[in-house]
Amino acid sequence: MHELPVTENILEIALRHADKANARHVKTIYLVIGQLASIVDDSVQFYWDIVAKDTIAEGAILNFKRLPATLQCQVCSLRFSPDQDDFSCPDCNSSNIKVVSGDEFYLEAIDIE
Amino acid sequence: MTQRISVVENILNANDQLAEQNRLLLNRNGVFSLNFMASPGAGKTSLVERTIIGLQNQFRLAVVDGDIATSLDADRAAAAGATAIQINTGGECHLDAVMLHNALGKLHLDVLDLLIVENVGNLVCPASFQLGTHKSILIASVPEGDDKPYKYPGMYSGVEALVINKIDLLPYVTFDMDYFQKGVETLNPGVVTFPLSCRTGEGLDHWLAWVKEQVTYAKF
Repeated sequence: MHELPVTENILEIALRHADKANARHVKTIYLVIGQLASIVDDSVQFYWDIVAKDTIAEGAILNFKRLPATLQCQVCSLRFSPDQDDFSCPDCNSSNIKVVSGDEFYLEAIDIE
Repeated sequence: MTQRISVVENILNANDQLAEQNRLLLNRNGVFSLNFMASPGAGKTSLVERTIIGLQNQFRLAVVDGDIATSLDADRAAAAGATAIQINTGGECHLDAVMLHNALGKLHLDVLDLLIVENVGNLVCPASFQLGTHKSILIASVPEGDDKPYKYPGMYSGVEALVINKIDLLPYVTFDMDYFQKGVETLNPGVVTFPLSCRTGEGLDHWLAWVKEQVTYAKF
């Protein structure tokens, strides 16, 4: 549900950087989303078509790069990506795990003309 | 000709910056603040009431209540004896830093010791939006089931304390405390946990003692 304000932020950031570069048109927007960041691609795309209308980013393609979560076992130091609901270490079965990455959510780059 | 521009900017940056301003505003006024997050029906408002009643002789309290509609929760907080401000988000599934900022403007912060922010009932979105509060509290409840840490890792990993409400219902529902705790320990090792019942009052003394300690020794 919070994809609307999120999509407005994406537009604001993209337009600001496009403006600085004197762009006439924003063609592609590259987004990076971690597995643990609760963002739904389809929903962002839906709002995008509405919020970007009548701006120089209208019609821009949204490119979603999903990053898997990385966990690290605090016992044997193994780094791994978790299965659906099993966050324990696949090697030593310990549940003493630290989340290393997976909550990223940023705008990486834009293609402009 | 197409040209690629590197941006690398956090999409929630604007919210996070305003959250930082909220934090500074609270710090300047010496107000310690808690952000209560939970699914609908877990007992956020019941814990707000219990906390007000338990601590109002020691601290000056206010509550900011976030809901999609109605002022039912703020009415309950006010009836329990605290100053209460209702934020109606009008459909938004979480509070954000802007909404809290506006609510802070309606409070006399200089005469407060403790502010409780009751977020919108939701185990997903509130975890992504910093408010500027000092500590985030997750209120789980036994009838929700023991698999919630596994299903909502973002929420369970980002809080400083966990309340497990409705423990008086443990004999009547299927809830494996070990399985639940294992998930919590994986996502948030060592997080302080308060099993309690807002209905019977069991376990509330530990919670109230912890809040009292936080407010008393808060460093701004």
